[in-house]
Amino acid sequence: MFDRRLLQNFDWFFLLLILMIVGLGLINLYSATFPLGEGGQRIFYRQIYWFCIGIGVFLITTTFDYHYLERFAYHIYIFSLGLLIFVLLKGKVYSGSQRWISIFCFNFQPSELAKLGSVIMLAKYLSQNHRYPYCGLREVWKAFLIVALPAFLIVQQPDLGTGLLILLLGISIIFFLGMDLKATVVLVGSFLISSPIIWAFLRDYQKRRIISFLFPESDPLGSGYHIIQSKIAIGAGMFLGKGFLKGTQTRLHFLPEQHTDFAFSVFAEEWGFVGSILLISLYLILILWAIRIAKNSKESFGTLLALGIISIIFWQTAINIAMTTGILPVVGIPLSLFSYGGSAMVTIMAGLGLIMNINMRRYMFQE
Amino acid sequence: MKNSGFNPLIIEYYNRRFKFAVIIIAVIFSLLFLRLWYLQILKGQLYRLRSEKNRIRLNEIPPIRGKIFDREGVLLVDNSPSYDLYVIPEEIRYPEEIFKVLNRFVSFDLKETLNRYKNNHSPSFIPFLIKKGITRVELALIESHRFSLAGVMIKVRPVRRYRYGSLASHLLGYLGKVTKSELNAEGLNLSPDDMIGRAGIEARYNKILMGIKGGEQVEVDAMGRRIKVLNRVPPTSGYDVLLTIDKRLQQIVEDCLLGKKGAIVAMNPRDGEILAMASSPDYNPNIFIQGMDRNKWKSLVSKKGAFLQNRAISGQYPPGSVFKIVTAISALEEGIIDTDEEIFCSGKYRVGDTVFRCWKRYGHGHISFYKAMAESCDIYFYKLGQRLGIEKIARWAKELGLGKKTGIPLRGEKPGLVPTSKWKLKTFGIPWQIGDTLAVSIGQGYLLVTPIQMAVMISSIFNGGYIYQPRLIKEIRPYDKKFEKIFEQRRRKIKVKAKTLWVVKRSLIQAVEDKNGTGRRAHVEGIRVAGKTGTAQLISTKDRRSKDKDISNEVRDHAWFVAVAPADNPKIALSIIIEHGGHGGSAAAPIAAKIISGYLRREKGNV
Repeated sequence: MFDRRLLQNFDWFFLLLILMIVGLGLINLYSATFPLGEGGQRIFYRQIYWFCIGIGVFLITTTFDYHYLERFAYHIYIFSLGLLIFVLLKGKVYSGSQRWISIFCFNFQPSELAKLGSVIMLAKYLSQNHRYPYCGLREVWKAFLIVALPAFLIVQQPDLGTGLLILLLGISIIFFLGMDLKATVVLVGSFLISSPIIWAFLRDYQKRRIISFLFPESDPLGSGYHIIQSKIAIGAGMFLGKGFLKGTQTRLHFLPEQHTDFAFSVFAEEWGFVGSILLISLYLILILWAIRIAKNSKESFGTLLALGIISIIFWQTAINIAMTTGILPVVGIPLSLFSYGGSAMVTIMAGLGLIMNINMRRYMFQE
Repeated sequence: MKNSGFNPLIIEYYNRRFKFAVIIIAVIFSLLFLRLWYLQILKGQLYRLRSEKNRIRLNEIPPIRGKIFDREGVLLVDNSPSYDLYVIPEEIRYPEEIFKVLNRFVSFDLKETLNRYKNNHSPSFIPFLIKKGITRVELALIESHRFSLAGVMIKVRPVRRYRYGSLASHLLGYLGKVTKSELNAEGLNLSPDDMIGRAGIEARYNKILMGIKGGEQVEVDAMGRRIKVLNRVPPTSGYDVLLTIDKRLQQIVEDCLLGKKGAIVAMNPRDGEILAMASSPDYNPNIFIQGMDRNKWKSLVSKKGAFLQNRAISGQYPPGSVFKIVTAISALEEGIIDTDEEIFCSGKYRVGDTVFRCWKRYGHGHISFYKAMAESCDIYFYKLGQRLGIEKIARWAKELGLGKKTGIPLRGEKPGLVPTSKWKLKTFGIPWQIGDTLAVSIGQGYLLVTPIQMAVMISSIFNGGYIYQPRLIKEIRPYDKKFEKIFEQRRRKIKVKAKTLWVVKRSLIQAVEDKNGTGRRAHVEGIRVAGKTGTAQLISTKDRRSKDKDISNEVRDHAWFVAVAPADNPKIALSIIIEHGGHGGSAAAPIAAKIISGYLRREKGNV
């Protein structure tokens, strides 16, 4: 049953925002990989290729009624957990961590799929069990379990950043719904008790990062150095920036991971305060726009699903920029839509497609 | 309960929560705006300046690799400085001229280096290597022309120095550059120019010898000169290692192998410490220090053969008559022979259609245990083997440590082979024959042993029945501290009667002391030596007789000799193999005499 209103509700402005951010990301990627020569060019073209796939996925995720996801939430969630276990047993190891699965000669990170799987599962569970107005202990506990399982598996890879992000996603949704007093006390209490246990599970390099954040002097050769160089790059951009392809921090290899985690530093150096404010504003508008869509959805599965996806994008953006500007420790979280990375690009595009999907079908329940 | 139908109260509640969410998002984004304003506007000038002068570099500080000493504290391996010549591309304007000037002081291939320079795509501040390890004279020339050579840099790098060249080369090993796969391995923290142990002690104890890297954040000026160190983590030097090797004995042992192929192991039978270990052909580990290229490698291999192989632990040979010790122990323990029982040797022994021969063509006549051992009568042991059967022989061989690694802390040890009927059926699909048993009972056939196994085996007979795990490290010490013993002694008691050991011991003494003993040439005046010869045949006796004299070197027998001295107060156990040396009694036993007298005479002199 094709409804003309579906097309009328296709939000062109939302798509435009996405295209603008990805466009800036590609310009920046070109510059960031320029000093790498031919290998850099390959990275650049591969990202374009991934973005094309992303657009395809975006369009596909708008075509079906998102309520199917509610029905298949368990399957998607269990499948993504299965992939996470598989990657721990059989995954590809690259620079010390096991994050990739090879399918048809391209590599894929199951932790990205797990983000979406957790959001869908969480939205389903809470929309069906949440009693107005506040979440009780039982809901909080179960919601926490839904995010803690994939988070635990991801931290084992080890990928601390993505694991924390999924936990943060669960916490955001719970906070959005609100908790009663009992749940709040238990949650805060158990956090205080469990943090030493979590600490024991972290890998050495993860502990070192946290320590080096709290006491930067303790790791002058590792992340301490990266933060100094990133701050120099961003600050040196000044008001107007050094200009395209003219960032010396990038040219001379001072920045670590300059096309992934530190892509924003490259951008801020070359486009200055004006450029970085523009980029951050685009993210802000995108997020607020998506919140409006979440708000306009007339049923709670749609609202919570949209909110979950928004919270992923929001936290990735905030944490990445806070990390490159030296407010947060160096955790490996890329900037959504902007940093290089195929799995992340496709996942975010799928998530944004779902938000568009929710927007297109917001009137369907009033009929 | 499904919430799809929204009631106005819930909508109002959601709206309040949305406002709350927007406020949080706004606050966090404002924080980011503020931070960017702070970095780019408020401190922008400062950071711009720092980026223009950004010369904060990370340097690795390599640790000093631990030294290696012999058991008496004689320094065998240490480190010496190597001076490497570099230019910094961004600081030289006319590379050709600089290179020509440098070429007057230092010898290197001008054309090739210039070519390499032009095809160098690293960033221009990264120093370009011209030559590694320039001599002190060349260094002095460059230093004295320093002012006309802007952009030229000398890096000092500690390199490994093996003070006695090829001495104990297989045991000490050598260093080589890390490979790509090792670079990515977790936990080692290696960079592309690092050297790691490739063989011997250097490889096996690489971790404790290597130490832990340090590093520094250094501010350098536009010319690349260091201005100041911002931060520094000092390296931790590797541990020094005191070996169980006796350098003087090692020297004697290696002299004995000069110009021959083979291996010698000398061990203290009472604690399993290796006193000397040599394998020939050997090599000089120093040649690997400045890098090894294909041509250099090829010429070395063609000149020397497989010189990297440590025959003492990875050479697998048939043990020949040395194995009669094992057959004797099996027979005595299983009670199938009495030392007085005489067996007749006519020089031939027919089993089925096959005729087995004794090495002594016309036979030993009636012969009892002691004489059979001393004169190494083959027929006697064929008959013992036939009475025992392969399974019992194999069980005792394994009990005495054969067929598996001794556990010496070196890479590349081989287990040898103790055949059983099951093994033969599995490997060849052919059932075990009686002939196979006879061959094994005099140490031929499928049997394979390594020299180190033979040393451990002969020691066990003279130390009261203990199979020791051979040890190479006596003590280690952290940098600047005292040596400490950290390696525990590992040994296993073999289940054998004291009487059996006593009988075998006596027979081995007779093998050296009797005028007809096959090991008589191992006799040393004033020292009681016990030993057993062995001749590992490569072709059968029959084939040999038909060709007789023109036996080429390729198929000549391997000569074995194992020995312990002094027999009543054992201080040294020896295992000697000379490849294609001929008879054990004539080719290997005299070497044992030389080593034993060299080692024990000296010890007496010291007391």
